[in-house]
Amino acid sequence: KISIPDILTPAGDTSVLAAAYGPAEVKVSKEIYDRATLDVLIQPKVGLPSVRERAQEQCVRETCEASLLLSLHPRSSLTLILQLIHDDGSILSCFLNAACMALMDAGLPMSFLFCGVTCAIDVDGQIITDPTAAQEKESRAVMTFAIDSKEHKVMMSSTKGSFSVNELQQCVAVSQKASEKIFQFYRDSVKRRYSKIL
Amino acid sequence: MKETLLSNCERDFLLQAIAEKKRLDGRQTYDYRKMKITFGTDYGCCFVDLGKTRVMAQVSCELVAPKESRPNEGIMFFNIELSPMASPTFEQGRQSELSVKLNRQLERCLRNSKCIDTESLCVVSGEKVWKIRVDVHVLNHDGNLMDVASIAAITALCHFRRPDVSIQGDEVTVVSPKEKWDERYPSSDHVFFLSFCRTYLLVDPCEREERVMDGLLMIAMNKHREICSIQSSGGIMLLKEQVMRCSKIASVKVSEITELLIKALENDKKARKEGGRCGFAESMPQERITALKFEETSVEMTDVAERASDVVQGAEAPPLMVPSPVVPVPGVGQVGLGLQNTWGLEEEDDDEEEEAEECANRGEEGEEKVTKMEVERHKKDASREGQFT
Repeated sequence: KISIPDILTPAGDTSVLAAAYGPAEVKVSKEIYDRATLDVLIQPKVGLPSVRERAQEQCVRETCEASLLLSLHPRSSLTLILQLIHDDGSILSCFLNAACMALMDAGLPMSFLFCGVTCAIDVDGQIITDPTAAQEKESRAVMTFAIDSKEHKVMMSSTKGSFSVNELQQCVAVSQKASEKIFQFYRDSVKRRYSKIL
Repeated sequence: MKETLLSNCERDFLLQAIAEKKRLDGRQTYDYRKMKITFGTDYGCCFVDLGKTRVMAQVSCELVAPKESRPNEGIMFFNIELSPMASPTFEQGRQSELSVKLNRQLERCLRNSKCIDTESLCVVSGEKVWKIRVDVHVLNHDGNLMDVASIAAITALCHFRRPDVSIQGDEVTVVSPKEKWDERYPSSDHVFFLSFCRTYLLVDPCEREERVMDGLLMIAMNKHREICSIQSSGGIMLLKEQVMRCSKIASVKVSEITELLIKALENDKKARKEGGRCGFAESMPQERITALKFEETSVEMTDVAERASDVVQGAEAPPLMVPSPVVPVPGVGQVGLGLQNTWGLEEEDDDEEEEAEECANRGEEGEEKVTKMEVERHKKDASREGQFT
């Protein structure tokens, strides 16, 4: 099940290209006896991957590992490569969405889908979803949540800035609502993709 | 991942077909695949597709101190990333032979041909020059990477805009970008890939054809029909006529590709002037069934505030774990009182205080952790004793 790179997730101007390879042979040093080994690689546009990419990779990897049925492919490797094409804000949620669509397209078994939503709280206390880079810079706090498709619960959260508990819960609620739209988009695009084949 | 081997029958089929002047995708022996050049949102970002081979190039610049041997010249840096996305055989570490070969060839072609006038990159002689960095990412590998990479690099360089610089005394400030890139030397160098299978000559091999080829002749030529570099690799020996023929083919192709490049640049300039949205997202064909576009929609947020406050009230109060920090002595911070030392050794007061700071953030959990460690230690001792007796 190799998915040749074709998944492009532009959100406004932010674009990410995702490719999923697997299940394939794994190096003995990396193999896990009862599960597949998931490798996430985030390639920035300029320069080599650095600490920031590693942090983002960890967020994406933990989310994917929670949703993939890794025990169905022991001693195999699943590789997910995310290439940043253009960053105009909400980059982590773009990575998450692209990752989920690539895994879906590759046909890897998952127990549920997930999506990423970014919220920003600006200086007035207003919540903005899917902020652009300019909006992110001027906001007081930026949070990204990974929401699952079955129970709409939060799988992963990554926040930056200061905010109150109430604001956090509000952002979570907003993200849960926004995630419904994203899942509908997933359904529509999968339907279109396979409409010609089926 | 290991490369899948090419079976013998596939190899024989390919060679036989080439002997009969037939190629896998029905092209003629000197035909190029369909090439498409598009640009990204930023200046200096371009995508080049040649059939299924896809490459993205991005140019960026920064002000640095120049090399000591050349204080008047700017610095150019090329980097081809063979992303694991391009082929499952590409690993993240860059040591592979192919990657080194591509990097060296690209550098040789573009640096030595002087397609960019490096002296124009100088801002303050001996102190500040522009360092131009070209990153080429290979997104999909279906043969002929060198060609596509060089076209992408050149196109990105043509497309790039260097920021304006104003110098006041010792200070150099960079003003927002929009200045036209100034290349003195017409830059359209194209590397041109020719592969040889036995005695047959193919232009623009796809991945399968690359696997069965015997040797490779690479010609880099600019639009003035001057050869910038030639490289011949593989075990073949070429006759003079063959080399001449190849260079003639190269000159024809170079002019075609240069035309395409200029047209693409003009289209992009026009689109930007009209203020339309340009970028990778826009360049993807929208009419294809696999493409889906979603307009900006607003999210309903009416009952969000009530939901949030419900959740907050329903949640338990956070445990009073961490007491506020205390400064007993200047230079010493202390949070909490720390725990009883469980090593069972005689220690001085200094150690206790050090430990107090270390145990600071653990609070209640610390106690459980410590007892667990103690239990484990006892278990370990017991088992060790069991082993050695």
